[in-house]
Amino acid sequence: MDKSNLSRRGVLKSGALTSAGLAVPTIFTAQSAAAFTNEPTGGSVTLGFNVPQTGPYADEGADELRAYQLAVEHINGSGDGGMMNTFSSKALQGNGILGKEVKYVTGDTQTKSDAARASAKSMIEKDGAVMITGGSSSGVAIAVQGLCQEAGVIFMAGLTHSNDTTGKDKKANGFRHFFNAYMSGAALAPVLKSLYGDDRRAYHLTADYTWGWTQEESIKAATEALGWETVNTVKTPLAATDFSSYIAPVLNSGADVLVLNHYGGNMVNSLTNAVQFGLREKQVNGKNFEIVVPLYSRLMAKGAGENVKGIHGSTNWHWSLQDEGSQAFVRSFGTKYGFPPSQAAHTVYCQTLLYADAVERAGSFNPCAVAGALEGFEFDGLGNGKTLYRADDHQCFKDVLVVRGKENPTSEFDLLEVVEVTPAAQVTYGVDHPMFAGGALGSCNPGA
Amino acid sequence: MDALLLQILNGLDKGSAYALIALGLTLIFGTLGVVNFAHGALFMIGAFVAVTVQRVLSLSYETVDPSQKDFLGNPLKVKTPYVESWFGPETGGMIIDWSVPIAIVFAIPIMVSVGFIMERGLIKYFYKRPHADQILVTFGLAIVLQEVVKYFYGANPIQTPAPDALNGVANVGAAFGMDIVYPVWRIVYFFFSVTIIAAIFSFLRFTTFGMVVRAGMADRETVGLLGINIDRRFTIMFGVAAAVAGLAGVMYTPINPPNYHMGMDFLVLSFVVVVVGGMGSLPGAVLAGFLLGILESFASTTWATTTLPGINQIIIYLVAIVVLLTRPRGLMGLKGVMED
Amino acid sequence: MFGLDKRDTGVLIIVTLLALFAPIILNPFPTDSAMAQFNAGYPDLMQKFVIFGIFAIGFNILFGLTGYLSFGHAAFLGIGSYSCVWMFKLLGYNVIPGIVLSILISGLFALLIGFVSLRRSGIYFSILTLAFAQMCFALAYSVLSNPRFNLTNGETGLQVYANDPQWFHRDGLPDLPHLFGLSMRATQKIQVGAWEFQLNAGYYMCAIVMLICFYLAIRIFRSPFGMMLRAVKSNQQRMNYTGLNSRPYTLAAFVISGMYAGLAGGLLSAVDPLAGAERMQWTASGEVVLMTILGGAGTLIGPVLGAGFIKYFENIFSKINDNVLHSWFAFLPDGLEDFMVFIIHPFIGKGWHLTLGILFMLVVIYLPGGLVEGGQRVLGWFRKRSAKPDAKAGKTEPAE
Repeated sequence: MDKSNLSRRGVLKSGALTSAGLAVPTIFTAQSAAAFTNEPTGGSVTLGFNVPQTGPYADEGADELRAYQLAVEHINGSGDGGMMNTFSSKALQGNGILGKEVKYVTGDTQTKSDAARASAKSMIEKDGAVMITGGSSSGVAIAVQGLCQEAGVIFMAGLTHSNDTTGKDKKANGFRHFFNAYMSGAALAPVLKSLYGDDRRAYHLTADYTWGWTQEESIKAATEALGWETVNTVKTPLAATDFSSYIAPVLNSGADVLVLNHYGGNMVNSLTNAVQFGLREKQVNGKNFEIVVPLYSRLMAKGAGENVKGIHGSTNWHWSLQDEGSQAFVRSFGTKYGFPPSQAAHTVYCQTLLYADAVERAGSFNPCAVAGALEGFEFDGLGNGKTLYRADDHQCFKDVLVVRGKENPTSEFDLLEVVEVTPAAQVTYGVDHPMFAGGALGSCNPGA
Repeated sequence: MDALLLQILNGLDKGSAYALIALGLTLIFGTLGVVNFAHGALFMIGAFVAVTVQRVLSLSYETVDPSQKDFLGNPLKVKTPYVESWFGPETGGMIIDWSVPIAIVFAIPIMVSVGFIMERGLIKYFYKRPHADQILVTFGLAIVLQEVVKYFYGANPIQTPAPDALNGVANVGAAFGMDIVYPVWRIVYFFFSVTIIAAIFSFLRFTTFGMVVRAGMADRETVGLLGINIDRRFTIMFGVAAAVAGLAGVMYTPINPPNYHMGMDFLVLSFVVVVVGGMGSLPGAVLAGFLLGILESFASTTWATTTLPGINQIIIYLVAIVVLLTRPRGLMGLKGVMED
Repeated sequence: MFGLDKRDTGVLIIVTLLALFAPIILNPFPTDSAMAQFNAGYPDLMQKFVIFGIFAIGFNILFGLTGYLSFGHAAFLGIGSYSCVWMFKLLGYNVIPGIVLSILISGLFALLIGFVSLRRSGIYFSILTLAFAQMCFALAYSVLSNPRFNLTNGETGLQVYANDPQWFHRDGLPDLPHLFGLSMRATQKIQVGAWEFQLNAGYYMCAIVMLICFYLAIRIFRSPFGMMLRAVKSNQQRMNYTGLNSRPYTLAAFVISGMYAGLAGGLLSAVDPLAGAERMQWTASGEVVLMTILGGAGTLIGPVLGAGFIKYFENIFSKINDNVLHSWFAFLPDGLEDFMVFIIHPFIGKGWHLTLGILFMLVVIYLPGGLVEGGQRVLGWFRKRSAKPDAKAGKTEPAE
């Protein structure tokens, strides 16, 4: 700079501003005033809905977002109230949470841990969110759960099925309503036994990452306990789009059951490929060849079309359930959006309601108070029958649905039918179960 | 032995998609000198032409059936496709059933015009720009195209089945006394791609047009000096390349249900294929496509993954590294292409 | 100053001021206003700005100077992140050993990968680096996270568990990454009227590192070594004919830029102790290419601008939803409000990829030199306008 533009007046002005700025911190800093991170002070409270809006799970994320909006509507007292009317706890008044209107911010996880954490951080640091919820993969859920623990806010997990979320990676500030891989195995095993007998040879194709492994481990343990033999377990790369080279060896392996430990796009493609290779019509050892998809998602099953017919799996919830809670939710969601909700929508709706209810009962937004209210909480009327939020690992224990691809669907939503509702007692495991060992809940962190 | 042949067959079938996409990429690179990152998107658009044709054919009107209830307890609206009411359920059902092969007829003109628009509207301004700019602008285009498709069709895969007649499996080994069962549609796909590849090669080999294009690929300026409008011919070749990618996409839909990011999934792989084959070499692209398909297929066998865990994840890249280090210009690359 | 000429000093001073006052500059809108949506002055995003700035500066040393387009630089970022978290796991939460190790390890990897890849040039080089990076990604995502030999913790991401050794961790120290006791999360919030500014320790540490990196980059650009690299870009063959072996120079540039990437990865872990494999995916490598070219390849400040631009989009535009749109246009009559929301809807929230793609294309088509060229054009336009009315005043303008 050759020439200075500073004038005396300008210097004085900016000097005055600077000193004012420097003086401010001592007067206005609100650092120590809050008792916990993002304590809501005004007439509203902000929740953070962190779902995949881009990437392969964008449609599930969109459905989750719809359910969140519905839940916020119901908590704030508009709409028909949905499951709030059937929920066994009546703490919620329909006037927001603790009289504060519920507002929300949304973010995009992109189904990547980094992006999900960045988005959650911006909700906490910028928007003042006091609770984060969402996600549709276990990696993301675990990453965001860890972040919420560090930052001192509550995390209500969305769709995450890995044992690790409430096992090795459990956190005191994190809660999961969705079921897990162990429960899938425990629920499926008796049904598989009654359908296919106890002398079967299973072949596993497993997505080669954490969730895939825990699912394979769980299903393997459950089926081997029935007397089944595991012929082979093959890991498939997550990025694989064509599974033909993994399916082809199944034909001559002597196996008579194929277990597809895949989810999302992987599941659609591997199932489509398996059916292409004629596995559904195949006869091995004098028995019909069977395919099992332990974790079903209706949205994804739609992509597999005809191929899902007659194939068994498990799911957290399905809209065709006839209990009062499910019906109220389906009516409320269906009237607003014109189609039935998915299990992802259901679990996040429940999570939002459960959180709001816990705050109301605890009388405070303080994460430690909320966690205390959720721990050991027993409730009913949210579509899964009697449910317990276990204090030791923050996992919900409830009935698990075993479903089958429907042979004659009446509409494009009518893809699955419930074969059996496995009672909660049958899928409950000890806190010290080896598949969930290695982590510690720690103590709740209120931040600030 | 059976298992070995099965894996070879599987590799050829995998390789046919790679070969078709790589062939189109090489055509564009060889003629126009453009690195086209939107080529995967063209493959994806082709697949969605099939989806659209299927949707159009099954456009339906609704009649209320009071005897059935929908999920909210209201009377069910039953959908009947128009084609079924026009041609009767028999013929109409068959037309819908054959929607993927029918889509080929529509895909060719659509893809050629998409190619023309792309080349005339965007790519032509990038001939003299650095390759990095070409990559960036076509990459941007690829993102835009896939997001537009996502906006209209959603992110989840969409089922587009093959005609029932071609849906089962065939025992291809029966003639040789072996038991090799393989899905019919995948065999169809293999022969389809071989046909397309043969057609492109003979078009370039035996027609005057092809001869001029080949001459242009070798020395664009001289051909231009001879008073031939080489640019127009190259534009047409861009359209042809787009059509090849699109047809590969149309025929791929019954193998795996298409989704909006299928192009990106193939993009990196097909670039590796092109480079391993040698930039600018058409036979190289085809050869490398089939070769990498077979190698990938073998790397996924249990034997391979237990000997070397994770080999199925990295085989393609490993092969690319070895080939590039031992054969500087890929398998059949030409001297002086893309070396600066 | 610092051995820089006048112009470079000016640039350095501007960048320093921008970095120091970022928490204020990036928060131009009052916290409660509708426009607060566009505020970027919160710790996480500011950290991302400077860290990806470092990444892009480093990438630019390779690509901007030598013209070698690497499609695998994200691998070094990931390797840096993993190394840093491993130091947290083994030694404790002080960030210094982690950052040092991340530079060293990524430098080592860069040396190996560069030595092999630089045997080829042009697109062959690009594909070689891509292949190496994709291999690293695949290995980190699944193979190296198997229960027996868990180096990366796979999908979940490498993180510190309570039962990790952490040999040097003492009771008084924060349970989060810290610099000799100063937690990276420590944030001083300052309220000025309706505005709130957040001064974050982690951000300022990253910003200082970024300034050092920026200074080093200027020195490299202006050094004889930098000249040599430019010579490689303009005509490597001619260089070789004069008897110079260009390989050591390009390799040095590759290693330096790999170390920059590793440093960026280390810093990412330092401000947020979780390292995931997605950081190494080819799309992440593509992102740094986009940042550099978008900002202006070969310019000093371009890559930093590009990094900021892309990160801003990713974090701000993805968070705008229909609800927010309705609140913006609430002043319009109902029909018009819905119409406006309908028009904008595809481009925000879940459509932010679309907006970004369109912007890439526009920038590349109309501003081949990236944002820097855009800035120069705007400046030039202003100069012309201010020069016209009183042509004599032009004399006193700095000569530049």
